[in-house]
Amino acid sequence: MVGAGPAGIAAACVAAENRRTVAVVDNSPWLGGQIWRGIQTKTRGGTARHWLDRLQNSDVQIFSSATIFASPSANQLLAETPDGVLEFNWKKLVLATGARELFLPFPGWTLPGVMGPGGLHAMAKSGWPVAEKKVVIAGSGPLLLAVADGLKKEGARVSLVAEQANWSEVMRFGLSLLRHPRKLIQGVGIKSRIIGVPYHFGCWPVRANGSSQVESVTLTDGSRSWTVDCDYLACGFHLVPNLELPRLLGCAVSNGYVSVNEFQLTSVPDVFCAGEPTGIGGVDCALIEGQVAGWVAVEAPDYARKLFGLRADWHRFRASLHQAFALRPELRRLATPNTYVCRCEDVRLEDLSNCKSWRDTKLNTRCGMGSCQGRICGAAAEFLFGWKNDSVRPPLFPVRASSLAGKTDALPEITAEPNISSPT
Amino acid sequence: MGHIVVMDDSEAQFALTRYSRRLWHELRPDLPASAEYDQCGTLWVAADEQEMAEVRRKEKYYNQRGVRAEVLDARAVAAAEPYLRRNLAGGLRVVDDGVIYPPCAARYLIESAIAWKAQLRTGADVRALLREGGVVMADGSRFSAGIVVNAAGPWSPALIPGLPVRKRKGHLVITDRYPGQIHHQIIELGYLKSAHSVGTDSVAFNVQCRKTGQILIGSSRQYNEEGTEINHEILERMLQRAFEYMPGLAKLTVTRCWTGHRAATPDKLPLIGPVPDNEKIWLATGHEGLGITTSLATGKLLTDLLLERPTEISAEPYAPARLLQTNESAPEPCLTA
Ligand SMILES: Cc1cc2nc3c(=O)[nH]c(=O)nc-3n(C[C@H](O)[C@H](O)[C@H](O)COP(=O)(O)OP(=O)(O)OC[C@H]3O[C@@H](n4cnc5c(N)ncnc54)[C@H](O)[C@@H]3O)c2cc1C
Ligand SMILES: Cc1cc2nc3c(=O)[nH]c(=O)nc-3n(C[C@H](O)[C@H](O)[C@H](O)COP(=O)(O)OP(=O)(O)OC[C@H]3O[C@@H](n4cnc5c(N)ncnc54)[C@H](O)[C@@H]3O)c2cc1C
Repeated sequence: MVGAGPAGIAAACVAAENRRTVAVVDNSPWLGGQIWRGIQTKTRGGTARHWLDRLQNSDVQIFSSATIFASPSANQLLAETPDGVLEFNWKKLVLATGARELFLPFPGWTLPGVMGPGGLHAMAKSGWPVAEKKVVIAGSGPLLLAVADGLKKEGARVSLVAEQANWSEVMRFGLSLLRHPRKLIQGVGIKSRIIGVPYHFGCWPVRANGSSQVESVTLTDGSRSWTVDCDYLACGFHLVPNLELPRLLGCAVSNGYVSVNEFQLTSVPDVFCAGEPTGIGGVDCALIEGQVAGWVAVEAPDYARKLFGLRADWHRFRASLHQAFALRPELRRLATPNTYVCRCEDVRLEDLSNCKSWRDTKLNTRCGMGSCQGRICGAAAEFLFGWKNDSVRPPLFPVRASSLAGKTDALPEITAEPNISSPT
Repeated sequence: MGHIVVMDDSEAQFALTRYSRRLWHELRPDLPASAEYDQCGTLWVAADEQEMAEVRRKEKYYNQRGVRAEVLDARAVAAAEPYLRRNLAGGLRVVDDGVIYPPCAARYLIESAIAWKAQLRTGADVRALLREGGVVMADGSRFSAGIVVNAAGPWSPALIPGLPVRKRKGHLVITDRYPGQIHHQIIELGYLKSAHSVGTDSVAFNVQCRKTGQILIGSSRQYNEEGTEINHEILERMLQRAFEYMPGLAKLTVTRCWTGHRAATPDKLPLIGPVPDNEKIWLATGHEGLGITTSLATGKLLTDLLLERPTEISAEPYAPARLLQTNESAPEPCLTA
């Protein structure tokens, strides 16, 4: 299993409990994926505790801080770890690589203090001080509320949650929540705790203000603009799936998500995909898809079938999420000519004016050629211009040159070797 | 890689690369900053005394012909490039060679052509060349022209079956930014041996530092590899070779790998000029690993030949007729769409 989030953990538990040899590989030092990592064991909710305990009690081999970066030949994956390269030879593979936040360029979005809601939340959970800090949360998606709740618990002063979607759309989504009792309880639970935090619909950030650090954010509802002071602007426009590894392995992708059949099988034999890469559906959806993949991987599809009904429920929930939080076209026009689109390579919107495709852009401006490998600007460019980035090559993440060089024992012993210092 | 380099595999190669390098120097003031022209020089490194002998031969050859080159002993090489391994024999610095960022240089050249009223059509897939002059597009439409130049690089044989141009695949590894660490384009002299070994896969140590501080690590050469995917086996060999010369590279962070195809001819010289038996079809292809360097000279030669003006260097050695001689084996322009 690649990914130790809910989807990968669920698949791993099912497979290991059926006496298969199972490895879970995750690039983060912690288990639990985006939602559960960094949470102290004692404060973990019931679901998280259940799955993490189940995983710890199984024979699953866990490889943390291990980044899958290449697949040199069929059924083989390479992972870089702090101690060297690991080689995995698999018979069945579950891709549970999750999602990342979508950032869209607007003036000031690169100022220090502007970051992704999920990112700020994760930092706060691991000890970054947010107590008494003024935080504005903006962008889109249910994650904004979860983060508002989490940051309040850490003592932050969350002054506003600005959701770009319209109230009417979210109400439709809210209504459909009624068909998902657990989500509803979760939603109400969050709501009662973040009471006092204004939750504004149909408004979005147009500018982050400040000279060396964000000091305030200007928001608009399309007709009126106003400015709110803040120490942090947590801004993200929902999630985009991590498709790099599925694409490298040749899995078919349609409408931005990995195509899977009812057994969570991709177009590549013996390769499954579960969780966010098949559609942004949240933790429960990821758990069920992971279990389905696990059961099919151990050749017990009848057990998988028992989960189809529940999964269909969560897929309806997922579809309503997509609808309710669809991004408004105004967001394509936030950036001004001198707004950075690619912060790794300092490329501004005006630099893209003659470009016709993502490839064109990369060649002519270097947009997407920096150390984030286009994860941030590539996703933004896809939303802004409709440019697809479907060419994926190893390394999937930046790795040491030695990790790409295979076995290097044959190298001559070199003494007095100068050290090339890290990038300045 | 965008290395602009004078090479001396043959007199004809030397003449073309030297001519073209001069044209790059002349163009330099007009190039946009994004082309990142940097006259960093080439450092050929010699691993042993045998290669040092080649260094001395090369120095003499270059200097006799007005190309500045200087021999460096082991200590001078270490001073010039501190990250090279210590026990090298020496090297040759070719002072006026340089590097360029090819996509932006190409864009500049295209825009200059457009300023001279050339029309550019992108996304225009040519399917066939017409014997009577002109091309057939993928959508079946025709475009007539007095003369068509097949400058389709590694894809040029698709338009002229039988053209003796083969795809020779190359890999590059690109690092994060490490500005100021590497100063020259550095190439092992052993490169001469490996680049010459026609038929087998080969790797050679070849690094370049871009103005951004990104280090490009090369190079590999492979026939019969049509796809653009990364071949891990050759990538590993290529990196191991690079680490032998510059061990510190092993610790650098790699952000990308790239592959491309070179258009290789049997005699390692490009095809520039009309095909035999059809004055309406011209060639500008087969530049192998030197097509960035020799692009400007190719353009000049082609122009002078088309306008029947005297050429600045003899165009003879590059005439397609040398490889496409007999009538029977002359390539038939393809007419089937
Ligand atoms: C920054 C962020 C914060 C979030 N916070 C919350 C929250 O507080 N509450 C909430 O309800 N939802 C949150 N979400 C949404 C959450 O991701 C999903 O609800 C759920 O965790 C999805 O589970 P998953 O297993 O599909 O993916 P994830 O939980 O994303 O797990 C995927 C894992 O795969 C790893 N991975 C990816 N590629 C590789 C590779 N090549 N090699 C090795 N490992 C790899 C990732 O590091 C990650 O740990 C957050 C999402 C993000 C992006
Ligand atoms: C790894 C590597 C490193 C290199 N390093 C250097 C270096 O350092 N210095 C150097 O001088 N050279 C270098 N080269 C060689 C150089 O890249 C080539 O020689 C050069 O690009 C050739 O230019 P060209 O214009 O002839 O062909 P190309 O650059 O290949 O351009 C051909 C064009 O024709 C188009 N085309 C093809 N078929 C059709 C068709 N049917 N219809 C319409 N359009 C078509 C293609 O899309 C393409 O745009 C390197 C090559 C590789 C692979």
